Amino acid sequence: MTSTDNPGFVVSLREVSKLYGRFAALRNVTADFAAGKLYLILGENGAGKSTLLRVIAGLIRPTRGQLEVLGSKDIRSIGSQFGYMAHASMLYEELSGMENLQYFARLYGISDPAICEHAIRTVGLDPSLARRAGQYSQGMKQRMSLARAILNDPKLLLLDEPFSNVDVTSAREMARLLGEMRDHGRTIFLVTHQPALLERIADESVWMSAGEIILREHGVSAEAIASGVTPVQRRSDAP
Amino acid sequence: MKSKFTIFALITFALLSWGLYEALIGAPTEATMGPVQRIFYYHVPCAWVMELCFPANFLLSIAYLIWRKPEIDALAVSTAEVGVVFCTIVLLTGPIWGKPVWGIWWTWDARLTSTLVLWLIYVSYLILRKFSIGGPNAVLAASLAIFGCLDAVFVFMAIRWFRTQHPKPVFGGGADSGIDPRMLQAFFVNMAAFTALGILLVWLRFVLERTRQKVEEAHAMKALGATR
Amino acid sequence: MTFATTLKNTLAKDLQLEWRSKDAINSMLFFALLVVVIFSFSFDLSPEESRPIAGGLVWVALLFAAVVALNQTWSRELRNSVLDAYRIAPAPLESLFLAKTIGNFIFVSVLELVIAPLFVIFYNLRSVGPVYQLVLASVLGNWALVVNGTFFGAISIRTRSREVLLPLLLFPISIPAMLAAVNATANTLTGEGSAYLPLVFLAVYDVVFTAVGLFLFETVLQAE
Repeated sequence: MTSTDNPGFVVSLREVSKLYGRFAALRNVTADFAAGKLYLILGENGAGKSTLLRVIAGLIRPTRGQLEVLGSKDIRSIGSQFGYMAHASMLYEELSGMENLQYFARLYGISDPAICEHAIRTVGLDPSLARRAGQYSQGMKQRMSLARAILNDPKLLLLDEPFSNVDVTSAREMARLLGEMRDHGRTIFLVTHQPALLERIADESVWMSAGEIILREHGVSAEAIASGVTPVQRRSDAP
Repeated sequence: MKSKFTIFALITFALLSWGLYEALIGAPTEATMGPVQRIFYYHVPCAWVMELCFPANFLLSIAYLIWRKPEIDALAVSTAEVGVVFCTIVLLTGPIWGKPVWGIWWTWDARLTSTLVLWLIYVSYLILRKFSIGGPNAVLAASLAIFGCLDAVFVFMAIRWFRTQHPKPVFGGGADSGIDPRMLQAFFVNMAAFTALGILLVWLRFVLERTRQKVEEAHAMKALGATR
Repeated sequence: MTFATTLKNTLAKDLQLEWRSKDAINSMLFFALLVVVIFSFSFDLSPEESRPIAGGLVWVALLFAAVVALNQTWSRELRNSVLDAYRIAPAPLESLFLAKTIGNFIFVSVLELVIAPLFVIFYNLRSVGPVYQLVLASVLGNWALVVNGTFFGAISIRTRSREVLLPLLLFPISIPAMLAAVNATANTLTGEGSAYLPLVFLAVYDVVFTAVGLFLFETVLQAE
């Protein structure tokens, strides 16, 4: 299971499980994800979507199974090549947006403030804003967090509910931006409860339920947008 | 396995009974200290068991951090708990012996203080195990044990060097020349008995912990829905 | 992203954060002041009587005040899950540990600069021995307290009652360092006995526990 066998796969999972005591957040997940696509991770609450992203990001170690990300089994070693964003803002409240980004940029070995400014502008915010991040609106926090995630120009982007509490205009803007990044060859994993935003942009919908991937389908189905219900449930409900 | 355990338990019981007889009846009453000296036959063997358990836990903690096997952790928690029990007995019996014989409940000499600090460290170890959320108990506790045991060494050295202005009555041993052979016999029998008891308790606790681990594993396998 | 640059940047960031949230510093300083006052009027001693004891009092007061600072620095990393952002970055975790330790060292030293002079005033202290020894005892003792406190702070991230568990783990382990620090301070103040041995002891203690902390930090932070 090396990248020479599967040169196109940016993420490969084999029998990955995560147990918390008796609760299985992920159950024997086996999947390959090709590069250069935007994957929507969908499913009900508690399905394991966030856990999956955190396992790929290396924040959680799987109880069982192996995974390979960007050709490496040791996720710590490819830290400079991916970005992660979650519901928590991952920003210091007492620092301004620019100060936050400059600190994190230095952790990645980036010392040029222009890169931070560019990232902030890309998400539609003003780099010269001196306001502390703690005083941002939720939408601004999400966007600044996204700016932090794309600072190091990552090949792989893992986003956990980036649009929650973001106004529609900003959300559409972010979605368009993500589509552009995908067009430039980046791979994006996006957990969301608002698939409509990515309707014409997402390459694949990955449905999860009870810790497993139950369905992968092309694009975003109309029923998913309309009802938000997992396709398997829909099919079993059908008369 | 069960029969081995039963046989060993019976041997332990026999040794303890013999030790009890020797300690209370067989050994003569000590000339200067009187009957209270008999605590010695319990105090020292308990200290000995504790001195086996805590260093064992130190080595097991290192081993666990290297190999991460649940059996190692099970043995680690067993030695820690049994060690705390025996350490508590040592800390209680010491003053009971000390007060009538030497006139003081306590002194801050090297042995007593490091025993007390080890007790504090391992109680905090057990509390840490109880208070960890989710999985990392074993790793966190093992790290604490490593810090703790290194620290105990420093405590011992610190007191030896920095508390010399306080009087140090000699504990542990009662090693006067010309010790009565019946006393020695009582001493050795109890040493053997308590060592056996210590091993028995660690064994028992280990089996309990392994069983608990296996039950959790079975539940986990069920949750995974695996058939293998 | 080398060790040294990450260390420098993280330390600078921590100091900047601490400066920005001045209410935290102010409450810590006030707490330190309160501790000193309570100790001082609990033990009403003449200057000669107080000299052998003042060392112990200062260190105990510092221990309690330091716990407040130590809890603070880790809770800041947990707010908004900022620690996750650090963990995924290709920056060495050991430099995070050292940066936090140095930051804590600075804060605790500031606390001591409040506590020590107050004790001098309340007890009319005058040192018989050389003052540089007091400073040395203070520096080495602070570091001992802080290196263990930072490590156990990282451990208690994964526990319930995090803020109670930190002092619970820290106090027993700090005993030998406290003994040496108190001994060095008392010997210097009274002029009796040499402070040389306890100071060397503290130095060795500091080196050993800093090394162990650096070595085990990643294990503890990534524990699952």
